[in-house]
Formats: sequence, C-alpha cells, structure tokens
Amino acid sequence: MAGKVKNAGSRTTNPLVEKIGGQRLVVLLVIITLFSFFSIKSEAFRQYSTILSILDYSYYITFMAIGVTFALITGGNDLSIGTGMVCYGLIGGFLITKMGMPVGVGLVVTLLCGILMGVLNGTLVAIMEIPPFIATLCTMMIARGLGSIVTGSMSITWPPLATEQGWFRSIFKITIGDTKYPLGFLWVIILIIIMTIVLNKTRPGRYIIAIGSNKEATRLSGVNVVKWHMLAYIICGLFTGFAGIAYAATFQAVAPGTGAGLELDAICGAIIGGTSMKGGAGSIVGTLLGVFVMSMLKTGLPYIGLQANWQQIITGIVLIVAVLIDVIRTKKSGK
Amino acid sequence: MGEIILTMKGIDKSFPGVHALDHVNLEIRKGEVLALMGENGAGKSTLMKVLTGIYKKDSGTITYEGKEVEFENPRAAQDAGVVIVHQELNMLSHLTVAQNIFIGREIMNGKMIDDAKMNEESIKLFQKLNIEIDPTEMMGNLTVGKQQMCEIAKAISHDAKVIVFDEPSAALTEAEIEELFKIIRDLKKKGLGIVYISHRMDEIKVITDRVTVMRDGTYVGTLITKDCTKDDIINMMVGRVIYEDPKAASTVPKDAPIVLKVEHLNAGKMVRDVSFELRKGEILGFSGLMGAGRTETARALFGADPKESGDIYINGKKVEIKDPMDAVKNGIGYLSEDRKRFGIVVGKSVAENTTMAALQNFMKGLFINKKKEDQVSWDYVKSLKTKTPTVETEVVNLSGGNQQKVVIAKWLTRDCDILIFDEPTRGIDVGAKSEIYTLMNELVAQGKSIIMISSEMTEILRMSDRIVVMCEGRKTGELDISEATQENIMHMATQRK
Repeated sequence: MAGKVKNAGSRTTNPLVEKIGGQRLVVLLVIITLFSFFSIKSEAFRQYSTILSILDYSYYITFMAIGVTFALITGGNDLSIGTGMVCYGLIGGFLITKMGMPVGVGLVVTLLCGILMGVLNGTLVAIMEIPPFIATLCTMMIARGLGSIVTGSMSITWPPLATEQGWFRSIFKITIGDTKYPLGFLWVIILIIIMTIVLNKTRPGRYIIAIGSNKEATRLSGVNVVKWHMLAYIICGLFTGFAGIAYAATFQAVAPGTGAGLELDAICGAIIGGTSMKGGAGSIVGTLLGVFVMSMLKTGLPYIGLQANWQQIITGIVLIVAVLIDVIRTKKSGK
Repeated sequence: MGEIILTMKGIDKSFPGVHALDHVNLEIRKGEVLALMGENGAGKSTLMKVLTGIYKKDSGTITYEGKEVEFENPRAAQDAGVVIVHQELNMLSHLTVAQNIFIGREIMNGKMIDDAKMNEESIKLFQKLNIEIDPTEMMGNLTVGKQQMCEIAKAISHDAKVIVFDEPSAALTEAEIEELFKIIRDLKKKGLGIVYISHRMDEIKVITDRVTVMRDGTYVGTLITKDCTKDDIINMMVGRVIYEDPKAASTVPKDAPIVLKVEHLNAGKMVRDVSFELRKGEILGFSGLMGAGRTETARALFGADPKESGDIYINGKKVEIKDPMDAVKNGIGYLSEDRKRFGIVVGKSVAENTTMAALQNFMKGLFINKKKEDQVSWDYVKSLKTKTPTVETEVVNLSGGNQQKVVIAKWLTRDCDILIFDEPTRGIDVGAKSEIYTLMNELVAQGKSIIMISSEMTEILRMSDRIVVMCEGRKTGELDISEATQENIMHMATQRK
C-alpha cells in the first residue's frame, strides 16, 4: 500500500533533472538564452568588458542573496540587508578615511557590523518572535539612519585603487599586465561551495532547513531552535558585511540614505533560484543563478535600447514566473 | 427497507500509477444509514469525490432518483441534493454561524446582505435539527461538536436528499457523538439517504443499517449491520482476523523500578495537580474524554508548554524540564497526536527525520555522516517494517502508519527510555495499527517504558498495564488492567472533581 501512496505522490520527472533541481536547470537555460540573445542583438554586449561589468555588479547582490537565502529558508526574510550593506560600508569607510585607520580594520569592522545586525535581527525574530518582515523592516530603517548619523550625512569615498590604501579593490578586480581579471568571481565560487556544504552537510544547515519546514516539530525533537534560527540571521548579517565590502570596492563612493531596494534584488535572485518563500527549501547555487538572471537583465537591456524602467518591468515579470513555479510545485507536493 | 435513491455501478477511476477505484458498486437507500468502511487508502474518499463531482470517473454509472447523472462539481451535486459533511470542517472562524451557513449564497436585501434574515433562517434550520446554537455567535467560539452541527445545518439547508458524513466523530466527545447520532436518526426518519464513513467499529454497530466494505479500491461486499459481528467487518476489510482481546493482567513485575515520577503537575486550566508513576517496562494508559487534559499533561511533562509547578523525578532523581531539549536529554520522547504538525517534517526524507533528535551522534567532524545516517535509518526501516522505497523518500509520501514508524525510529535513534505515545494509531488503518501495537509491546519487553494517551477504549484495554483516567484537567482514577472495564473507566472519565 505504501508503494501506491508513493506513486500517487511522486511526479514523473527524470531522476537526473530531479537531482540537479528542475528549477535551477531552467534558470541556467534562461541565463544562456539571455546571454545569447543580448550577444546577437548587440555587438557592444559581446565585449569582455561587458562580462566584467556584469560580474562587478553581481558581487554585492550575490553576497546579500546568499545571506538572505538562509533567512528565507527558515521561512523568514531579511529586509535590512540593502540599507545595512550601505551602512556597514559607510562605517568601515568612515574609520579609514576620517579616523585614519588602516583599511584592514575598516574591512573587519564592516563585517562585524553585519554580524551585529544579524544578532539583532535574530534576537528580534528568534527570541522575541516578532514577524521577520516587521522586525527587519524596522532594522532596515535603523540601518539607514545610523549610516547617515555616523558619517554626518556625508558620502564616504573609500581609497581609490591608485592610492596605497586602495589594495582592497583588487580583491574583486585584479589587474595583471593590461588585463583586468574578475577575481571576485573566485571568492563567490568559493563561498558558494562553502555555504552549499554548510546548508546541506552540517548540523546548522540541516536544522535551519528543518526549522523552515516545520519549526514546531523540530523544537519537539529537542533541537535548540532558537539558537539555529538566530544563526540563520547571523549568517545573513555576515554576508551582508561581505556585500558591504564588495559594494565599497565596486563603487567610487558610498552614499548615506541609499541601499533601500537593493535587498529586493537579492531576495528576487534567491527566489528566482528556487528558494521557497514559505521556507524549508532553497539552494545556494540556485541563488547564484537567480542573481545572474537579475544582473544579466540589468546590464543587458540597455544594450538593446531598453532603459532602467523596462528592466524593472521585465524583472517583475520574471519574478512572477519564478514564484508561480514555486506555487505550482507546492500545490503538487501538498496533495 | 427503503427505496433506492442513488446507485453507483461499476465506477472506475485511475490516477497515474494507481488504479484507485476498480468497478466499485454502492447503493444508497432512503431512510437508511449506510456505513462505508475500509482501511486508509481503500478508496472511500475517492469514491465520494467521484460522487460529488470533485473527480471525473473513467467509467461506470451514477443513477440518482431514477436518472443517470454526472455532477460537474460539488456545487452541482449540492444543488441536486447530494452533500458531504467533511471530516475537516470548512469553517471561517471570524464569521458568524449564520454567515458561515449562507456563505456564497447570502440572502440579499437589494444590494445589501440581510444578516437578520440569515439569522432567522439559521434558527429555523437548527430547529429542524432540534439543536440550539446562536446564529450570531462567531464560529471560532464554538466547540468542534457545535461546528459540526452547523455544517450539518448547512447541508440540510441545501435540501439535501443524500448526506455523506466523512469520519464525523473523529474530533467529537462522547456526548457530542450522542447528539450527532440523534440528528442522524432524525434525518433518517425524514427519509434521507445517509452514508457514514468511520473507522470506529462501535459506532458502525450503533448507527448504521448496512455496511459496504471496500479494500484496495475494490468493492468487497455489503452486510446487514445487525446480522454481522465486528470481526465479520474487519475480516472483509483486511482479509484476516486481527481483533484481539483486552489484556488480562499486567506484564510488569511488581518490583519493577519506577523510572518516572510526576508530582503535583500544574499547567494552565487543563492540568491540575496531576501525579503519577511509570515503571520500567510498563505501558501506562491515559484514558479520558476529549478535553480531559491528557495531551496537555504530556506536553507540560515534555516541556513543550510551560508548567506552573510540579516535580519530575527520573530514576529517582529530580530533574528540571523547561523545554523539549531538557526532556530529550533526560531520555523522554514524545510522539504527538498531530503527526503532521508536531511529529515529523513532512517535506524531508525518512533519514533526515530519523536522525532529527540525535544528529550530534551522526557527525564526522563538522559534517553529517550521510553514510551512517542512511545506514541507521535503513536499519530502522527494516526492523520496524516501515514501508518506504528508500530512506531518501520524503515522508509526505508515506501512509500514516509508516509516518508513525518514522517518528518511533526518531526516538529510538535518540535512545529514549520513556516514550509518550499520544494517540499512537490515530488516522492509521487497521493492519498498520496492529503492527504499531506489536512494536509497542516489543519496546516495553526491551525495557523501555511507555505512556500511551488514547481515546479508543479498546486500545486502552488492549495495550495498558495500568490506566490513569483524567477528567477536566484532573486525575480522577487509576486502575490496574486486571480491574479495568469500559464501565469503570467511563465512570472515572466523567467524574468531575
């Protein structure tokens, strides 16, 4: 009888597709299609420099997206990552440029700020049980205000590449001879691998997924759900710190009051990549692919004459499709 | 014998990979209650879904009031007078009783909803059923029993000629069941055809006139209820005799050590000054009516809910249990009555669920030792005879009985010595039920101790060595199995202190 039940519940998918993850495969195809499409339509798009710029603009979003994937998997969310990223970049940069501290200190402080925010978000969500949307909406506003206060509402220009202090910019884009190499992509790949392992092969990952699937059943199994739930937000904060560094390294200056809305790009990326808004399911590789769809659209559309407004509309449509896939999948498996 | 109102003949229905219904016959007569029985997955619900137009049949005929019909959807079936009262009530708790009854077909006064008129009509419906419910009360404030009455009122408001009750008694107290039966007898007298789906053999004997039995999607046969015994019906359902007699005497030695002692436990209104002891190798049954506070006691003991006061001793040592983590550390495992919500993570695999409570024992450095996890999980799949193709199968794909075995495996993996089984066989079919019983007996034979909360009298009498009876949050009695009878248990269960 169990066999029958099983048959009734399972879908008729190719086992290989099932293993790689149907949605991730689709997203990969979308990326290839988009890339081919833009390349054919526009000669300028085919340039190495374009690819470089796609990557440049993807790092900070990718880091935020990896982090927020953990929050999403618990069934929560983190809206504070956008303004948070800018805020930590401002604080770190402030220490370097205004307080005369070494760049290394600035970088570490940027990360620490992210972790602290993760602890705060985790406390609000996991211990005080404030709904994640509300809790992180509040910390989003706090982060925005805090960045402005620390810098006295002034933009912070992290040291440019040419200066002695500008070495940190080479973390993401290194120039060897006359060619620039997207070194940042290497870090992204390494972090993707590490976090994929953390999510799938370690206790924190297992428990974070379990919390998102059924928090109460997990708690009743004697698992310290508060601790692991909180950890998801701390991971999110840490990666927002990474994002803050990538942001500072990519852009000339970090301006206070900005960053709102960027969290949505990251969340969109994660969801396009197959992370469920209901929690309990998600993949880091999927998130990376999802972010690439976003940055491909962001960079590619101007090349075929469609400006930012169109990019918004198309991204919106892509997101609806991605969420629809999730909804349909949930409905199927719910039967 | 009444005149036939509805006939289903040769109904066939396949889903991809499953032949759900194989030429099933069913005959509903006016003024008669027909029991539809079968193990879980026998096809009862599918048949009823075909009847009311939720599923399209592949072949076969439905004849209703002399005409061949095929209802397009449940609404069409309703309009024709064929309605289902579902097991899970479809009620909107923030609307009033009347608003619920008339949802989707509100009585209008021009462009405005006429609440007053709907309240009046509701009262008329309730009068027909001889029940008293305030139509302006919020649905959420009613007891489950009353909510079900509303569902029935809604059904008859459609001028129903055939009413299907899908496990109506599952969430009702004994008193509420009595009231439900009174209503069903009334409806019967009015000449309605009634289909009653239930697993409870006692009810079948009391309320139904004929029994149609299904097994694995096929029609097995129909019996006249008063001419057959429980064993006859069960034999038709499973094709084997499994009905066992109650346990005659406790199998626990008198001098068995006390592994758990609970003293003066208080938690909210539902747990008042509860004290009891559990011996090694014992099954301690917790009996009582719905709302007696048994689950609440278990949850407070397990640390799932906060407790106000009370001492817990394990193997003679006083322990502090503030949350489930403490309980698990002290070797207590809790198998919830609501598996899907509290017992398992349905979207995750058998292996992941098996190791959930003991993952720390499956680590190789920082990483989960997947090989060991799969090996141990598979060992339990084999020893508990869990029916699952692999340990990677998501538990959502398993039947209730097999899901329960996964939860048992979880606590055995954690090596818990005290297991709290809360309604261990709820929603589990007869065959799997006896397997769970065998398993529980094996566990106590191995020296584990079990607290078993059960609302089924037969289960209590069959499994327990000793029985604690609760009523309204208080312990009202304790019986050795040798002196326990249905009558004295029920007496204690209704004895308010």
